[in-house]
Amino acid sequence: MGLFILRRLLSALPTLLVIVTISFFLIRLAPGGPFDLERPLEAKVMENLRKIYQLDQPLWYQYWLYLSALMRGDLGPSFYFRDFSIAELFARGLPISMRLGFTALTLALIVGGTLGVIAAFRQNQPTDYAVVGLATFGITVPSFVVAPVLQIVFGLTLAWLPVGGWNDGAMRNTIMPTLTLALPQIAVIARLTRAAMIEVLRSNHVRTLRANGLPLSVIVRHTLRGAALPVVSYLGPAAAALLTGSIVVETIFGIPGVGRYFVEGALNRDYTLVMGTVVMIAVFVLFFNLLVDIVYALVDPRVRYE
Amino acid sequence: MLHTRLRATAAILAFGFSLSAASAQMVYNRGNPGDPETLDPQKTSTVVESDVLLDLYEGLVTYDAKAQIVPGVAESWAVNDDGTVYTFKLRPNAKWSNGDPVKAQDFVFSFRRLMNPETGAKYANILYTLKNGEKVNKGQAKVEELGVKAIDDRTLEITLEAPAPYFVAQLAHQTGLPVHPGSVEKFGKDFVKPENMVSNGAFMLKSFTPNDKIVMVKNPNYRDAASVKIDQVNVISAEDRSAALRRFQAGELHTYNDVPTDQIKFIRETLKGQFRVAPYLGTYYFAVNTQKAPFNDARVRQALSMVIDRDFLAEDIWGGTMIPAYSFVPPGIGNYGEPATVDWKDMSPIEREDKAKALLKEAGYGPGGKKLTVEIRYNTSENHKNTSVALANMWKPFNIEVKLVNTDLKTHYALLRDKGDYDIARAGWIADYSDPQNFLFLAESDNKGLNYASYANPEYDALMKKAAGTKDLQARAKILQQAEAVFLRDQPYLPLLFYGSKNLVSDKVSGWESNTLDRHLSRFLTIKQ
Amino acid sequence: MSDLVASGAAPPSSAVKGRSLWADARSRLVRNRAALASMIVLALIALACLFGPAMTGHDYDQVYQDYTRTPASLSSFPKPDQVAPAVERIASRMRAKAEDIVVGPDSVRATLVTPRPLDERLLVYFERSDMFLPARVVDKAEEGRRVTVEAPFQKMHFYFGTDSNGRDLLTRTLIAGRVSLAIGVLATTVAILIGVLWGAAAGYLGGRVDAVMMRAVDVLYSLPFIFFVILLVVFFGRNFVLMFIAVGAVEWLDMARIVRGQTLSIKRQEYVQAAEAMGVETFGILRRHVIPNTLGPVVVYMTLLVPKVILLESFLSFLGLGVQEPMTSWGVLISEGAKNIQGAIYMLIWPSVFLTATLFCLNFIGDGLRDALDPKDR
Repeated sequence: MGLFILRRLLSALPTLLVIVTISFFLIRLAPGGPFDLERPLEAKVMENLRKIYQLDQPLWYQYWLYLSALMRGDLGPSFYFRDFSIAELFARGLPISMRLGFTALTLALIVGGTLGVIAAFRQNQPTDYAVVGLATFGITVPSFVVAPVLQIVFGLTLAWLPVGGWNDGAMRNTIMPTLTLALPQIAVIARLTRAAMIEVLRSNHVRTLRANGLPLSVIVRHTLRGAALPVVSYLGPAAAALLTGSIVVETIFGIPGVGRYFVEGALNRDYTLVMGTVVMIAVFVLFFNLLVDIVYALVDPRVRYE
Repeated sequence: MLHTRLRATAAILAFGFSLSAASAQMVYNRGNPGDPETLDPQKTSTVVESDVLLDLYEGLVTYDAKAQIVPGVAESWAVNDDGTVYTFKLRPNAKWSNGDPVKAQDFVFSFRRLMNPETGAKYANILYTLKNGEKVNKGQAKVEELGVKAIDDRTLEITLEAPAPYFVAQLAHQTGLPVHPGSVEKFGKDFVKPENMVSNGAFMLKSFTPNDKIVMVKNPNYRDAASVKIDQVNVISAEDRSAALRRFQAGELHTYNDVPTDQIKFIRETLKGQFRVAPYLGTYYFAVNTQKAPFNDARVRQALSMVIDRDFLAEDIWGGTMIPAYSFVPPGIGNYGEPATVDWKDMSPIEREDKAKALLKEAGYGPGGKKLTVEIRYNTSENHKNTSVALANMWKPFNIEVKLVNTDLKTHYALLRDKGDYDIARAGWIADYSDPQNFLFLAESDNKGLNYASYANPEYDALMKKAAGTKDLQARAKILQQAEAVFLRDQPYLPLLFYGSKNLVSDKVSGWESNTLDRHLSRFLTIKQ
Repeated sequence: MSDLVASGAAPPSSAVKGRSLWADARSRLVRNRAALASMIVLALIALACLFGPAMTGHDYDQVYQDYTRTPASLSSFPKPDQVAPAVERIASRMRAKAEDIVVGPDSVRATLVTPRPLDERLLVYFERSDMFLPARVVDKAEEGRRVTVEAPFQKMHFYFGTDSNGRDLLTRTLIAGRVSLAIGVLATTVAILIGVLWGAAAGYLGGRVDAVMMRAVDVLYSLPFIFFVILLVVFFGRNFVLMFIAVGAVEWLDMARIVRGQTLSIKRQEYVQAAEAMGVETFGILRRHVIPNTLGPVVVYMTLLVPKVILLESFLSFLGLGVQEPMTSWGVLISEGAKNIQGAIYMLIWPSVFLTATLFCLNFIGDGLRDALDPKDR
């Protein structure tokens, strides 16, 4: 196992290089640059700006500059937020996004997992239908609908919680964003857990256990491990996505996370910001998928890596 | 007995309340529909920035509550006879937030910095009116050659390239704001960080977190600090218009300067007087590619323009927040008087339709003629989409088939800038300063970047040139009106609407005045607790 | 236990010998009542989307200028309170003033007052409006400066209300379903096909092949999707097929990861090892033993994927790749509705109802399909 982890960590570097290289050239192909505004700049002004940010250099040379800066851990200056470097932006935003994402993920795992298990044991009974119904609803209703509804109900009508704003991370301000983030994840995890549980419950050894009248808690403990695989597979990328923020939740609730940089950076053609988010997301994805592979071997002794 | 106790409690409560009210800070939560790209007055370019920068800094001239130009750091100024040399006298009590006096040399430093190509000022060209401004910015002259000179600490002399009646108005734009030379030299581009920034406006920067908020506190060294009532301004970044509306309803924002247009009816019903619409110096138009057949035919463009029901657009699509446009220059602009209008303005819709049919027929199109296929391009937005759908519907009866194409903003404007292959494209213009030249120059043939229609009419260019050389404001206005008449005859742009400013202003805010530039400096406001 | 019997699965003994896997699955699927009902509802929705737009009495792109943002209603339009403002608006176009407006059940009567005698040709404005049929003159007074006219209503229904341009939302919701159902079904199928094959192959082959295949998934996961879409638009223009490619290209990644995870476990099962020992070729093992046993999570994931894809389409439309006005989709309608949640909630509710109903059906069908295909239950 140790060797496996080491190999994977080593292979992360070339993977990152591939991601950085493809992304770098991909984003430069798109029309419009960081300084194309609704009102175009004077040709000379534009030239001055391009010179300052070295955009007037040949593309391969810019790529080399970016890569060598990246090696030193320098993500460059933002083209849009001209007073900030990418590192400064991430240093402020990432902890916020990770905090929200982590809370939402934990909540989703606990609630979604429990609901899924309950539904599986009560398959085709009213409880099951209720869970499946709720889950379907949770998956169908997008967060750009959930968020305004929460704001109207809890922020305006009941006036229990602030409608938006981060307020330096006050508890009250994080409740609705966390719920909005967690809701679809609860739904997905409940559905996946339920399906996997049903599968395991039908396997011969569990049928035997149940036929022998073993207590429910024992059966749950036996089955949960087997049912965990698809949930774990799903969680890898889902965790990477959740922890790096969500544009919808951040714009509607006014949260200064990093989730919006992915889309905003792209729409603003803020090349360095986009590259920064690409690197950030890639690191998260690679890390969590490695974690997932390790967890596979832990929950299911049948999984082995040679 | 009970009575007295109650009264006593009430008195204590009231006393406690008044005590806390007296010690409470007056905090203004200003919603801003986006983030400033920078707080560096020389690098600035957006409207969002202007709102913040005008609170932090004060230029030679500034705006009052009604956005009229009033003396700022300069207490008075004089112009020489040919209108090319301005001499500004600075106030003795103008100070930086660290206590340093604001000197004429600071302005020299700031204007040179603006024009210096190494600064990368996006909006340097607005002050190309300065002598050698353009040359310095293009690297053809040294910064020392810029026409800005400090006679002494309190006297600044500015020389212009050519007379410009709108020069003082230009100075009020946020690019005319000064920076503190000492801190710029010490911290380089990091002088904008809250811990480094020294400013001379009514407020000082306390913190700036992108996508969250900018906190500014009252500047005790401001020359007119006694009249500033607000202690702290939180400029809250609220990009989602609908969410911002809800935050306003909940009292989390005191003001916000945009609304979701689709919900105007709901907003009018629920917020009543707190929703304020006022004319705004901006034109919403669709540019026609005048180099492409059949749109190179003025008759076709005229016909297309004529049959657009602008009242429907203004009232129903934009919820009454826009004004139907029959000219290109918005009404209420300075140095102009009444704009010229299209000659069919007073025709009834039926007469306009008949005229349009006749024009199209002459050009070979219209009902019974060839089918005219038009592609409308717009950058993705609910309002542009609704407007384009409405246009398509209005043109349909004239044997015109419309295809709608939307792209993201950068792709849209890159296409316009590169003069890509398009028929009709959505665009708009908001005034930088109140002068007709700031609109009409959009159609000059040598304005490569902004002339989206690729309109080239020597008659128009000649008139614009003649106006630029005319010093007498009335005579100049006449010439500009002639130019606009030529423009409206040719319709390179189909002017549709004049913008309105759409503000949400809480009842708690006083001192807030609607104005055509939609500028609202925090120092004139008071917030009721 | 009782819930196993209630699961709707037939006891193994009842399976008829000699039936193929698929025929067997089909008959079991049909016997699952929830699944059957869902299939019928889904078929009805699909039929409504196909043929409904032609039967609502409105074109999906017909703009009714007099009816912008009209709330949903079962009764006919115009409503009495809409009539007087409309008459006033028409009168002002005729440079006249409307007085004594009397709104009847089927028509309106009003007196038009003008400084000069009224040109009766201008009455054409009544029939041009969406509310009235041609008006006729009832009475004239003061040499034609006071003309009383009567205009019958042009009655129409907007059961789901209208949008910001005054287009009928019922028709638009139905026509939107065409795009959304198509992309929901096709793009999901593409994503599942690629994802299952990729994931099963990676998991089963293992070792270096697995490492390379999964790193490829990681790479695709991290690339900036928006640029991919923008470039597709710029270089190939708008194209329905491209939309499927764009969606399919990203959505198979999760599928591949899930299937690979299952496969890692399945390939150690006795039956797989038995098949290997008997010398069954790799593809045969994948097809016969590995893939069928991953179907449980795959089917569930499919039901999760469909709404994701349908909503993703609205983002593609934002970037200019998805559907284009005046055509629309459920994703676009819902995101428009979400913006109007406070002022005009009906714009959000109706498309959402259709989408949710579709997904409930897919859920039950998916569950039924899983039960029917479950090799352990045969």
